[in-house]
Amino acid sequence: MLATVIPIAYALVTLAFAMSFWRLIKGPDAPDRILALDTLYVNTIALLVLLGIHLGSAIYFEAALLIAMMGFVGTVALCKYLLRGDIIE
Amino acid sequence: MRRWLPHPLLSVSLVVLWLLLVNELSTGHLVLGALLGWLIPFAASRFWPEQIRIRHPGVLLRFLGVFAVDIVRGSFHVAWLILKGPARLRPVFVEVPLDVESDLAISLLANTISLTPGTVSALLSGDRRTLIVHTIDTDDPAALVAEIKQRYEAPLKQVFEGGDA
Amino acid sequence: MTDTLLAVLVLTGAIFTFIGSLGLARLRDFNTRLHGPTKATTLGVGCLLIASALFFSLRDDGVSLHEVLVTLFLFITAPVSAHLLAKAALHLKVRSLAPTPRAGDAQTTDRG
Repeated sequence: MLATVIPIAYALVTLAFAMSFWRLIKGPDAPDRILALDTLYVNTIALLVLLGIHLGSAIYFEAALLIAMMGFVGTVALCKYLLRGDIIE
Repeated sequence: MRRWLPHPLLSVSLVVLWLLLVNELSTGHLVLGALLGWLIPFAASRFWPEQIRIRHPGVLLRFLGVFAVDIVRGSFHVAWLILKGPARLRPVFVEVPLDVESDLAISLLANTISLTPGTVSALLSGDRRTLIVHTIDTDDPAALVAEIKQRYEAPLKQVFEGGDA
Repeated sequence: MTDTLLAVLVLTGAIFTFIGSLGLARLRDFNTRLHGPTKATTLGVGCLLIASALFFSLRDDGVSLHEVLVTLFLFITAPVSAHLLAKAALHLKVRSLAPTPRAGDAQTTDRG
């Protein structure tokens, strides 16, 4: 059952990547692009977790955790930049 | 006590966090976790002067239950709206007047609002009396404000700022 | 039995991840787009992470709970990023389908 579901899940997550990427290119405003980037981070976590289940390896977990943290910090820094024109005051 | 263990709750959560991070339960990691759980709040206590007091644990537990159900409900609701198509959405900004005053309660309320059905908190007014909330689809903004206040704000106020149950 | 449960969790997770991005691509203004990734995607990845925790707990001896950490982290950070993005959009006066509130002009408190 799981073996049949995993390819479908891969396809869905890949489509999610494609759509987030389309929004990243199209914009039209800076917040849209940041939101698209943020969604791409979360999609990457989904992909890594799927890969971990598929290959039966727990090694991808650390990467997922790091991407979650870096993604959040990146989003906050970009938002701060939009709000104040400066990141560190 | 206050000086040497500034935030007991924070210390306990740090121990749990450490055990989750190393993903094993052994005496060695328990000791290391306890050491970190003591050292980090101690070193950071100057950045976090106020003490957190939880007044009605029962109310907090019930709130967490409601919150968990609403996250799932909210996701299904938004998923359905997205699948139905953008043409029929009626997005509105509503203003929620705040009764809670502490930083912690306000930020928890804002985060709760963002994760529950159809709403994202957008802006806290300069005087910290109003929270501006964007809803994706509503036909009755006043009812929505009343629901937010009664469903999320009232329990948070009880737990973190006192008041009758 | 557990195999079915795992399959259901993985599929639900993938579908919600997909729908979140679909909302991002499909909806018409920034503020409504914000709702898709914050709620649907977060729940989707949450489902996938729970599936992963279950999978590794069943396969190896002992429980594997560190996935809970990522789940918690995502559920704490998603509303914060959404709030900051909404605030930035109000600040930049991004085109919105909903009439923007007047307090949007007189902002900038420092508290995120």
